[in-house]
Amino acid sequence: MDFLDMFLNIGFWAATVRMATPLIFGTLGELICERAGVLNLGIEGIMTTGAMVAWMWVYQGGDLWTAVLVAAVFGMMFGFLHSIFSVYMGLSQHVTGIGITLLATSLSYYSFRMLLPGVTTPPKITPFQELPIPYLSEIPIFGEAFFSQSPLTYLAFVLVGVVSYVLYRTPVGLAVRMVGENPMAVEVQGIDVYRVRTGAVMVGSGFMAVGGAFLTISVFDAFYFDMINGRGWICVALVIFASWRPGKALLGAVLFAAFDAIQIRVQQSSASFIPYQFFLMMPYVFSIFALIVMSRKAAYPKALLVPFRRGQR
Amino acid sequence: MTDTETVLRVQGITKNFGDLVANDAISFSLKKGKVLSLLGENGAGKTTLMNIIFGHYTADGGHIEVFGKKLNASNPAEAIALGVGMVHQHFTLADNLTVLENVILGTEPLWKWVQDKAAGRARLKELSGEFGLHVDPDADIKSLTVGEKQRVEILKALYRGAKILILDEPTAVLTPQETDQLFGTLRDMLARGLSVIFISHKLGEVMAIADDIAVLRHGKLVANFPVAEASREIIAEKMVGEAVPQPRRQIMEAGEELLSVEDVSVKDENGQQILKNVSLHLHRHQIIGIAGVSGNGQKPLSDLVSGMCRPGSGQLNLSGEAITVFDPKEMVAKGIGRVPEDRHVQGVVGDFSVEENMILETYASARFSKFGWLRKKEVTDYAYSLIKAFDIRGAGPETIVRGLSGGNMQKVILSRVLENSPQIILANQPTRGLDVGAATFVHEQLFKARKEGAGIILISEDLEELLAVADSVAVMYHGQISPQMPVESVTLQQLGLLMSGEGFSVHSKGQDHAA
Repeated sequence: MDFLDMFLNIGFWAATVRMATPLIFGTLGELICERAGVLNLGIEGIMTTGAMVAWMWVYQGGDLWTAVLVAAVFGMMFGFLHSIFSVYMGLSQHVTGIGITLLATSLSYYSFRMLLPGVTTPPKITPFQELPIPYLSEIPIFGEAFFSQSPLTYLAFVLVGVVSYVLYRTPVGLAVRMVGENPMAVEVQGIDVYRVRTGAVMVGSGFMAVGGAFLTISVFDAFYFDMINGRGWICVALVIFASWRPGKALLGAVLFAAFDAIQIRVQQSSASFIPYQFFLMMPYVFSIFALIVMSRKAAYPKALLVPFRRGQR
Repeated sequence: MTDTETVLRVQGITKNFGDLVANDAISFSLKKGKVLSLLGENGAGKTTLMNIIFGHYTADGGHIEVFGKKLNASNPAEAIALGVGMVHQHFTLADNLTVLENVILGTEPLWKWVQDKAAGRARLKELSGEFGLHVDPDADIKSLTVGEKQRVEILKALYRGAKILILDEPTAVLTPQETDQLFGTLRDMLARGLSVIFISHKLGEVMAIADDIAVLRHGKLVANFPVAEASREIIAEKMVGEAVPQPRRQIMEAGEELLSVEDVSVKDENGQQILKNVSLHLHRHQIIGIAGVSGNGQKPLSDLVSGMCRPGSGQLNLSGEAITVFDPKEMVAKGIGRVPEDRHVQGVVGDFSVEENMILETYASARFSKFGWLRKKEVTDYAYSLIKAFDIRGAGPETIVRGLSGGNMQKVILSRVLENSPQIILANQPTRGLDVGAATFVHEQLFKARKEGAGIILISEDLEELLAVADSVAVMYHGQISPQMPVESVTLQQLGLLMSGEGFSVHSKGQDHAA
């Protein structure tokens, strides 16, 4: 049957892992912010910025890995801006985040137009090439699907482990988790709550931007408007699905990507009588359903959305 | 006076919050191995002063010396480094993390690839053993009892090598037995050369533990002397400023039965049993006191009586008639008056005016509305009469309630409730956070209502209040309730034992229901 064939198909699994990559970066980034008690709805805009600046860097003759770094730096700058409003000034995290998304998206589009006036078809660059890992990539099906990916994909998977280790095994990770649970508990131990939160939001935003960059300098080779296409919002949902745990975030990202990959294939094979929009909708229906099931028992960080104000009563 | 070393010197500390002078040029000193008790009414400025010493607030004037070194505290890090530890009134713990994690945070450099939890665990166990503060290092904070959480807070300070320990109202959440245990720990610490600042407004405890006393009133230091030179009366007078005569409970014959709760059990939305076979009988001219550590079923009980939840099994009778409709409006109509637990959230609408709050339950009556319009003049006149009758100070009918002091806010609530001459009054923590004067007023009003024939359920965590005001007392524990006992026949110790679960049948741990 078609369906079985699909699951035995290398292309399907490779596509799943590829599509999961930006979601892994974005979800990890959002997770770090939220673990510190800050909802970062700037994610959609920050991913757009990452996509634009990384592409532009390479287009202007820059190196691919430096482009990743540049994207991260731009992400961190927007993260810092988010922190000024949401952490230091204690303003609404929802409003701040949406503001950052609007600002970052518009600035990216505007800069793109300014730097490349009169361009109608988006120019192309040479993106990251597949980097098959010796021996591992030669394992039939499995190896071909998982170990012939972009270097950024490997980075995403490694980062899941790194983030998990840092959060649960290091002093700074403890401070981040604690500041998301009860900032006062951090303050009374002599640690600056504002700095911990700002640091987490900046690092998280850097991750998001790299997720965006993956789209323009690894999967595709050009920058299009609207290319993030709601991936940021999906990451926000995946964090809840993951109950704020990095391992589950990876699982969620891969699941969502798999649905996306199924959707494309089913669309191609049986599009004759079902409108293709129906299949486009499927991953989102799945994520809503998964959220409903998972969030019933979600233990969210207690101080999420709660601003901390020092020296006030 | 003595040749012992001064470990902490506070000199002329002043702190303003807007127009409010919270601390006005306060000076005192603490000696090694001694307990200084800081006394004062709520709002006298005790917590503010301690928060300045610990570095949460920056003082507007004055300075602090710790072991001879000037403290330029603008955050707690410096105070901790100099050996100051603080146990806050509201615990500063992260519920979803373990005891160990809460304790070791901030004790290592942040940027380290490996966190040495084993060493932390060993050190924590050593400290627990040394001071008799037993607690499982790997337990989640949320699974601990209030007393255990307090131990974690003390361990946090000791772990950081605190030489001076500030305890802000440490006994407010403890049973009498737990308080004794805490005092034992404190004496251990004193013997090892630590010094303690003990904040309280309970005189009995202060006399038991303190060496020196400092009394704050309206932000000023009004007295500072060794406890040996003081008597309860003198201290009380210093705290309040004038002697306040306590109203006395008159012996009164209980009348007919007003309310009976028969074997009621209630489950919350998660299926947890929050009331278990609860029975209660309230008569005319009777005040029943409900004691118990907060979160043991007091809230569900008051929700039940005020019609905000329905019994899963068992029944409620009002004057012998079974209640079938559980709805707050219905209950008010049947003569139940509520003084809710949290006045800011459930008692008043903060952004409404005094007069609007006064007619919250009766605005639709013919007296205050006509053809769907409020009769403004009638409402204002009514508000004026209540402001006068209940001595609500600093407020007119149009004053926004949020700006009133706790005592005056409570008077607004009392006036609303008592003006309707309720048959049954449900008063949940009516004097919490009030100064002696305001608390006395509340008690007088309750006595007056009792005399006029009302039955009163008084829920309180303050045992001394219950013993002074109630006719009979029952204790709640894990959703269960003890039999009602005449107040003359119970002692503080007995109530304390009941509060910690002794004498209750099967109970399972982890059934705590925080309010």
